[in-house]
Amino acid sequence: MSTAPINPPKVRTREEIAARVKALEAIMIEKGIMTMEAVDRLAEIYENEVGPQLGASVVAKAWTDPEFKARLLRNATEACAELGIGGLQGEDMVVVENTDDVHNVITCTLCSCYPWPVLGLPPNWYKGPQYRSRIVREPRTVLREDFGLDLPDSTEIRVWDSSSEMRYWVLPQRPAGTEDLDEKALAALVTRDSMIGTGQPKAP
Amino acid sequence: MNGVHDLGGTDGLGPVPVEQDEPVWHADWEKAAFGMFSMPFRAGFFGVDEFRYGIEQMHPAIYLLSPYYEHWAHTAEHYGVARGVLDPEEIEERTQYYLENPDAPLPERSDPDLMAFVDAVVKNGAPARRESDKAQAFAVGDRVTVVDDSPRGHTRKARYIRGKTGVIEKAYGTFIYPDSAGNGRGDAPEHVYSVRFTNEELWGPEAAEPNGVVYFDVWEPYIVPASTEEATT
Repeated sequence: MSTAPINPPKVRTREEIAARVKALEAIMIEKGIMTMEAVDRLAEIYENEVGPQLGASVVAKAWTDPEFKARLLRNATEACAELGIGGLQGEDMVVVENTDDVHNVITCTLCSCYPWPVLGLPPNWYKGPQYRSRIVREPRTVLREDFGLDLPDSTEIRVWDSSSEMRYWVLPQRPAGTEDLDEKALAALVTRDSMIGTGQPKAP
Repeated sequence: MNGVHDLGGTDGLGPVPVEQDEPVWHADWEKAAFGMFSMPFRAGFFGVDEFRYGIEQMHPAIYLLSPYYEHWAHTAEHYGVARGVLDPEEIEERTQYYLENPDAPLPERSDPDLMAFVDAVVKNGAPARRESDKAQAFAVGDRVTVVDDSPRGHTRKARYIRGKTGVIEKAYGTFIYPDSAGNGRGDAPEHVYSVRFTNEELWGPEAAEPNGVVYFDVWEPYIVPASTEEATT
């Protein structure tokens, strides 16, 4: 067997990466491990079916239904399953609630763990070294300088590092002036970042 | 392992590069690389913890500089070669071929079972929770200290919590133990707890930002009871 290095210390160009991934895909198709149609199906699921609109619908329901909210905070996986939401990377979800005194934010300092069934696939910044290194070290500064979210010193910032298979995400506070909005209109105010904790929901 | 992936608390990496209206995919190859988690998983290349350990063994400079999904292609290649399923020379030859012929087609194959698997795994997931008759050694409210060692191989005991003392906030039950499964030694389930650490405890009173805490999940072997001396200070 060859002793060629698997990973020589050389940064590949995008063309080299594309060619290498295609080579791996081709070999794995021939070996019966992958197919193009399965790659396309997976990609399509996270493009069109699973994304932050699902988490937003859960948040909107929690804002309008106190009993559902209590169930969501007690067992997020079971509560989401009531709405037909769940699956890969959401097998054990935990929702943490923002209040007047507490702001929660999620990260994964060791890799890129993220609750796919409610937020879709994470943005690159969530998976990159800058966010992962700094959000546990200087969360107040990162939220203010990198995300424009300036929290008063009186607000406790709680960072949840998703180091186990528990998948944390944030129940943001319902914006003021939304008393007349229905669930669907409320869901439109819930952003992906507000469920990561790097933003707030939109104003009505 | 004390790898570059273990980023919590590292200084000097600069501002967070937030991309406005970021697409799900930045290039077609990312879709195929994304598929190199679930499909090789099905083929027995790795479990989730081994998948992560393969990424952790990338060269540190490449890890930091490469686009994210290259990490996934790397770990699939790493285990495919390690399991004897993929041949490194063939990978190099094919890569060269597609470099010179980027539009050359992929082999044609259809697999209804694989299509059914894709939809089933997305919908149902692959739980890491495992039954165990091990008694829970700690309770919510206990003060615990993270063991300060540097294990070789895969671990989820991040450097920035080693030696630090916190309070158990939640107990979640028993899950696959990454320090066993990630190193090819089986599920070996252990209890998992969420531990609350103050910023002052993690970074020192001068460097720490005020009014903040970090919750970090630990498997039971990562922690010991906090010493009496620490508990009274």
